[in-house]
Formats: sequence, structure tokens, C-alpha cells
Amino acid sequence: MAPEQTTRRNGVTGSNGANGTSAAAAAVGTPGTARPTIVLVGHGMVGQRFLEALAERGLTERARVAVFCEEPRAAYDRVQLTSYFSGRTPEDLALGEPEFMEKHGIELHLGDPVVAVDREARTITSRAGRTLRYDTLVLATGSYPFVPPVPGKDAEGCFVYRTIEDLLAIEEYAKNSRTGAVVGGGLLGLEAAGALRGLGLETHVVEFAPRLMPVQVDEGGGAALRRTVEDMGVEVHTGVGTQEITTGGNGSVTGMALSDGSALAADLVVFSAGIRPRDQLARDCGLAVGERGGITVDASCRTSDQAVYAIGECALAADGKVYGLVAPGYEMAETAAAAIAGAEAAFTGADTSTKLKLLGVDVASFGDAHGTTEGCLDVVYSDSRSGVYKKLVVGSDGALLGGVLVGDADAYGMLRPLTGSVPPVPPEQLVLPAGAGAPVALGPSSLPDEAVICSCHNVTKGSIRGAVTEHSCTTVPEVKKCTKAGTGCGSCVKVLTTLVNDELEAQGVSVDKGLCGCFAHTRAELYEIVRVRRLTSYAQVLDEHGREEARGGDGCEICKPTVASVIASLAPSIGADGYVLDGEQAALQDTNDHFLANIQRNGSYSVVPRIPGGEITPEKLIVIGEVARDFGLYTKITGGQRIDLFGASVDQLPQIWARLVDAGFESGHAYGKALRTVKSCVGQTWCRYGVQDSVRMAIELELRYRGLRSPHKLKSAVSGCARECAEARGKDFGVIATSNGWNLYVGGNGGADPRHADLLAQDLSDAELVRLIDRFLMFYIRTADRLERTSVWLERIEGGLDHVRDVVVHDSLGICGELERLMADHVAGYRDEWGATLEDPERLRRFVSFVNAPGTPDPSVRFVPERDQVKPDLGILAGPVLPVRTLEGSSAR
Amino acid sequence: MTLAPETTLDRPAPASAGTATITATRVELLAGGHWHAVCDAADLTPGRGVAVLLPDGRQAAVFLDRAGAVYAIGNQDPFTGAYVLSRGLIGRTGRDGRPFVASPLLKQRFDLATGQCLDDASVAVPAYTARRG
Repeated sequence: MAPEQTTRRNGVTGSNGANGTSAAAAAVGTPGTARPTIVLVGHGMVGQRFLEALAERGLTERARVAVFCEEPRAAYDRVQLTSYFSGRTPEDLALGEPEFMEKHGIELHLGDPVVAVDREARTITSRAGRTLRYDTLVLATGSYPFVPPVPGKDAEGCFVYRTIEDLLAIEEYAKNSRTGAVVGGGLLGLEAAGALRGLGLETHVVEFAPRLMPVQVDEGGGAALRRTVEDMGVEVHTGVGTQEITTGGNGSVTGMALSDGSALAADLVVFSAGIRPRDQLARDCGLAVGERGGITVDASCRTSDQAVYAIGECALAADGKVYGLVAPGYEMAETAAAAIAGAEAAFTGADTSTKLKLLGVDVASFGDAHGTTEGCLDVVYSDSRSGVYKKLVVGSDGALLGGVLVGDADAYGMLRPLTGSVPPVPPEQLVLPAGAGAPVALGPSSLPDEAVICSCHNVTKGSIRGAVTEHSCTTVPEVKKCTKAGTGCGSCVKVLTTLVNDELEAQGVSVDKGLCGCFAHTRAELYEIVRVRRLTSYAQVLDEHGREEARGGDGCEICKPTVASVIASLAPSIGADGYVLDGEQAALQDTNDHFLANIQRNGSYSVVPRIPGGEITPEKLIVIGEVARDFGLYTKITGGQRIDLFGASVDQLPQIWARLVDAGFESGHAYGKALRTVKSCVGQTWCRYGVQDSVRMAIELELRYRGLRSPHKLKSAVSGCARECAEARGKDFGVIATSNGWNLYVGGNGGADPRHADLLAQDLSDAELVRLIDRFLMFYIRTADRLERTSVWLERIEGGLDHVRDVVVHDSLGICGELERLMADHVAGYRDEWGATLEDPERLRRFVSFVNAPGTPDPSVRFVPERDQVKPDLGILAGPVLPVRTLEGSSAR
Repeated sequence: MTLAPETTLDRPAPASAGTATITATRVELLAGGHWHAVCDAADLTPGRGVAVLLPDGRQAAVFLDRAGAVYAIGNQDPFTGAYVLSRGLIGRTGRDGRPFVASPLLKQRFDLATGQCLDDASVAVPAYTARRG
């Protein structure tokens, strides 16, 4: 958002100027240009998609685009709202790139809804009093939650569930509540129930219909869903209405009176009884609206006024329906953008198939889920013991018409595209669980080319095949980029991957899994080669195991650090020197490993001493402070409970470390693909909730695994009780105390793609815990790809978590003895890299800025003050800095 | 702070050291029409680079490959402005065997012989002729 633009006010011209862009340009107040103005009312998911569609069509260049948004924040992923309670922040939910608005010169007015439209004068007026002429007006006002008109509905403690602000209010109120009730057992109601449960409330759901999710599932599906939901501790009341919200003396909610005469005690009530189109603005300015609400639009999403469009949940589409799902909304957004650009496009209805996970239960519904087609028949599989219910609706001609899947919706990706056609195998085989009855030979290959694989972006199997055959895509990410398939809800990615691989195979393309241009082997294969042959030299690995054309050469920046890391991981066991900077190893390391520090944007380095478990004495804190002060370093506390000192030049690194090593510090390996930190909470020693000594365990683990080189960085944490203050489940290996010992979680990750770690084993003793971590880490190091975090590795390897558990807990491969030996070798062979560096003048020689002028500091590394510290002076890195494309992951050269 | 203009780095070899073996280990670089001795070959590790300061204050990155050839290009990474190319890893492209260095910051590769960026045809850094003399 460009601030100078958002404050620009526009005078309203008196004339009507309905059909003159010049008149509009005059109103915009940009002399010399004749840019028409497009005003978007509402910045939700559909509004954002509309803006992106405008940008894709170049309309943001040709027109002035202004957006008015009622909420105080820009568009966010409302579909993922509930994930806020599983640790995502409002920022995580933001949609689109942060620079999108600025990049396309779009004016965004947050917290300032449009309150009036004058269609005669073609102006809008916002709540803040802004008035703006438009040439084209697009209404994307969405919907509002329907609150049944029961007495007490406005009492304190009553909420709706629609926006981040609603969520924040519920979260706040829940702090003083014990019981919550959700009015409405539909899709959103169950989402809300999941949220209340996540907040630790005893949760009830009250649904007027005789079953949960009455719109999507049938009676059998509702029953399966109910059983599973109740098993999770949510109490379900169906077939009863809410008659009154009861309140206490202070006017706040105490519960509700139900239509069957019973009462339900609750401190907090969430209404989630459906949504209604927000069409008041349209009504007020005389646009046509449907009998039951919704702004009437034609197939190009145009309202009864040719200059006004309506898209998303506020619109009554040409097929007479109001769509409450995001995919049809996106399609309308694209249709309207196309129409505004003068292109041919029509929205005549959409597939309302859905697949989602509610309270951990897979629920899918597609096509004619309720069997309303004349003469149709059902095929039902129901297993109430495991909470699985599947129903397919089949026409009299044998065609698949639709279905409902509860508890196991894996088949959704295959079944939805088959809807409307006669499946290649009898329908009963499609609902049986794998292994039951005849083997089902139904794969994506049996789908017709016109089958829609990605319903979010309407991509057919034919287009996906075309991406491989005609656009030369050779990977799933490339096909995703080319076709957009799999970039919406993601439910089709599994089928997509199979299709892409099948097509590549059919094309005779052998997918090169080699590490880089120098090696046809994967990292895991190279690990085995180095381990078995006890190779300690990169040159030997390259010359004897590299690709023909790479042998005898220089290698590349991909394989050199990878092989160096493998050799370092195995060093004590294969007889290599574990010190990473000696001999040939020196030439293999990325700059961070080469200087044992982290390079920063101006070429200076940062220094991180190890602070095991985050525990540090006042004396050591003082040393860090003194070093930072004496060398003029910027200091910041890291997320891993240590202190990062920024702004050191290469010449300063040995001097800084001489002081730190002297005070008893060691390298923190912040620069390496190695163990970083083991965070801890304060634990039983101090905390009144703690059940184990988490600090002691964290220190023990950090000292055990320090210096361990791995395919990617490793992070860990230990929490002293189930409150999990150390955030152990966001770590590669996390430990949470129980009253009986420790639970071990693996494969967690923060970062761009957060993942909660999975429970590997529980109630372990100290020794059992350490032994399992030894095995887990060594198995990961042995089998992971280059730069593959444990989270990705765990999801990639065949068999996933179960396989890893078999290997490291049950020793299914018989390698645990060896894995433990390798770790024991590592622990015994550990030496502090900085201590070893300082002892050796030869090793210290590299720490100069200029080899021909030792002692001369690099003049380009300078600093300027900021908030009482320093920051890089980027101004002196003169010359135009080029737009940056990151090359991460471009290993296939 | 740059070196004072009168400071010359192109020191003539001391008379007593004027033997063939010693001069053969010097690495020289052609800049501004003159050869400048910038370091000894022994200062270089095969596969890595060092930064050198030229008399006019410019910085060059000097590299030694596995076969013993020396290369020199400008030290400034044009994508970030930082003077860091000497700290990148060198390698050779698979197809045509061009020697390159990958910037340690954002990993763009630069041809050591020509200075051309291999990941963006519109970008290049200065390339210097280098020799062991």
C-alpha cells in the first residue's frame, strides 16, 4: 500500500460523465492520463483473487484501482481461520505477497468500508468520508453470519465466527470460561467447535437438523461423523433448536434453553448457523437483488447496472445460486476481471464438491451427494468401529453421480473427477477399503482426459498431461506452476503427482535424481559409498563415483559442501579428520563453514557462542556484553535462546573468539548444517507446573549432539511439562516431560512451512530417550537428501513415520547397533572448532580481508547507528543493486 | 578506508629473491594496463578464492582451480552490492566445463574467465587476466 496514494482525496465532479474516460480521468486528478478507475468494495479472499486477476490481465497498469475494506487487515485465508488456534498467527494467514499492492499501484483503504453508492454520479462514499468516482465498481462484500433471532442473542459472551477479530475476541473471553456451545452443526459450526476445543473449553454443538453437516452428508455419514466427533470429547445435540440464550445477573451468558425443554449450561456461545449475502449496499443503491438475498448478476458477473459487478458470496449467480465456497468465488473473480478487460468469460455455476478435515476427521462430499437424481441407487460401505462411512450415488446407467465420504476421504481425488462417467470398475470396489475384496485396479491412468483433477483451478487431466508433453515440465512443482493445478486446496496433489510421473515415464523421460551435474547419485547413496568405502577425500569420491564428464574436474557448489558434510558426519568412523577446515576439506565448505561464522548481507559475519539449553551464568553474559561492546557488534537474542553478535569482519573473528574461548565458550555451529540449539523451559526446578528437569536434559542433549554435521540444520527443545513452553513440537526432535519420563517427538519445523512434530515414543527413561534420539538422528543423516529437513524427510520416505518408528524403535532393519556406534564415535570425536582454530597459526591465516594487505580492513564493511546499536551501511555498497532472484533449489544443472 | 593513492602493491621482487623458483609462484593480475603481483600461489587453496586490493582501491577475487589455473574477477557481488565473491565456492558447469564461482550470498554463479553471470545473461562482473609469473 502506498501511503501517499491512500491519503489522496478526490473531488467529485458535478456532471454525470457516465461515458467518458476523460471525465473519469479528471475526477481521478491525474492530468495527462486517461486511466479509468476501478473500485473494489471488500478485500476478502475473492476480492484479492480479483485484484490478482486484474494484474494478470495488465489492468492494474491501465486503470487506477482502489480497494475499500471494512476489516482492519488486508485479505487473509478465511478458510484456514481455525488454524490460528494451532499456532498460526494472523500474519501467517495473509494472502498474496506483501508487496503485491505496492507493486501494482493499488490503493488499499483498510478499516474504511464503502457506505454509499451513487450510481447516477458513479461515485462511492466511504465511512471515513472519502468520495471517489468510478468507471467500474466491483462488489465483493462477502457474507455475514446468520444469528437466529432468539432472546439473549446479544448478551455478553455471544460471538460469531467469521473474522480474525471474532477469533481474537473469542480467545480473550475463553480465558475466563469453562464451557462453550456452538449453535449450528454445519461445516463452520464444526470448525468453531474445533476452535473452542483447542482453547480448552468443554464444547457442545447444537444442530437443529437431525444430523451434523446436513448440507454435505447424508444420515449415515452424519452418524459416522457424530461418533468420531463425540469420541473427541465434543458433545453433540441434534434435532434441537436454540430457544433462548440465558443470562446471569451481570448480563453475561450462562447457557441456553433448548426446544426439547432441556437447558445447557455454557459460559460462551458461538453462532454459526449459516451465512447470508451482504447485499445491503446494493439494495440501498437500487441494484436488483434476489428474493432471498444476493446481488443478481449475469453470467459475466455484471449486476443490473452495466458498470457494477458483484462476485463471491454476496452475488446471486446466473444459475440462481449463492455460492459460499471459495473456489466458485475465485471463478467469479476471474470472470469479472475478464469481462472488465473485454474478454469472453462466463460463470454459469460451479462444482460444490468439498473435501476438508474437521476436528481431525476427513469429510468429503461431491456431485449429487444426497441422491436426488431420479432412479439413482446407493452403494454404501459403513464401518462404525473405525468411524468410516462411504456412499456413492450411481445412476441407472451405471454412471457415478456423487457421493459422501466420512473418516477416510482418500478416494476423493479419484472419485470426483470420475463424476458423470461410468467408472471402469464396479462401484462397490471403489468404496471398499484397500485389501478387501478384489484388488482395485483403479488409478489416475484410468481417468478420461477431460476429468477435472484440480477443481479449485478447473484443471483437467488433459491439461496436466499437456504440461508434460507440450510444455516440457519434468517435475510436479513445474506442472503446478504451469497449470496452477494443486495450488488451491491441495487435495489433488497426490493424484497430480501420480499423473505427472506416469506421463514422464510414458514420455521415456528418466527422472534424474542425481545430486547435481557432477553426481548421478543421491546424497543418501553418496553417504553409503563414503561409509562403506571409507573415502575421506572429495576428489576421490568425484573421480571414482562422479558422472563421467565431471571426473577429474572441480565439482560444483552443490556437491562439494554435501560431500564435505557426509565426510564430516562419518569422520570418526571412517578415519577422517573431523576438523572441517583442514586440507582439502577447506575448499569444500560454504563460506559460513569456511570462516566458522554466518555471512550477512554486507559481507560481515555474525558470531554465536554455544549456550547449552539457554542456561548462562551472569559472568558469561557479562563477557558477551563486553566483547560486543569492545568490537562494536550489534547484539540480538535469537529464537534458540542464545545471543547473536553481528557485524564482525573476517579479521576480527579470531580476536573475538580468543576472548570468548578464554571465557569458556565454544562454537555454537550457527554457521553449519549441524545441531544448532536445544531450547528449554525452566522446568521442574523452578516452575510450579514442571514434572521433569527440562534444563538438565536440554544441556545433556545439546552437549551430546553439538558439532554433528547433518543434511540440514537440526533444532531441538525440551519442555518440562505438557504446557510445552519450549515449543518442542516445532523442532526436528522435541522432548516433552511426562510424569513418567519423556515423550519424544520428531519431524517438527517452524519456518515457511510449519509442521508439528509427530510422537515417536512415550514415557521414556533418560537412557531410552538418548538411545532413540541417537538412532533417529543417524538414520536421518544416512537417508535424507541434501538440505532436506527432518519434516520433509519424514513425509517423503516410504512408509513415513511408521517406517521410521519400525527402524529406530523396533530395529526392523537390524541397523540400530550400527547407528548407535556411529553416534558414540561422534560424541567421542567432538572437538570445539573455534578452540582448535585458535591453536593453529596456519588455520588462522585465512582470516584476512585482503591477502595482499593483511591488517587492512575491508572498506566496504561499514556501519551506521540505529536504536543505540549499529546496522550495515548499505549506502556504501555503491552501484545499482540488481533485482534479486533466489536460486535456492536450482540444483538440477 | 582505501589505500593511499601513492601506496603501491606492485612491489618489485627483492633482488635477493630474484630466482626462478620464487617468481614462478607469484600470481599477477592485469589491471589498468599493468601487471600487479597480488599474492603468492601458496596463498591460494585449490577450489577457493582470496580477495586482493588493487592500487586504485578496487577489489578483485582471485581463484585457483584444481588443475592449477588462476582466475580473477571483480569482488563485488552485483546482486547484493557486497564485496564477497572471493568467498564463494568454485566449480565447473556440467555441459561446457566453464569454471565459475557461486556467490556466497544468494548463490548466483559467475564465469571465472569472462565475469558473465551464468544465471542472468544481463549481468556481468569485471574479469581480469591473471597469470602465475
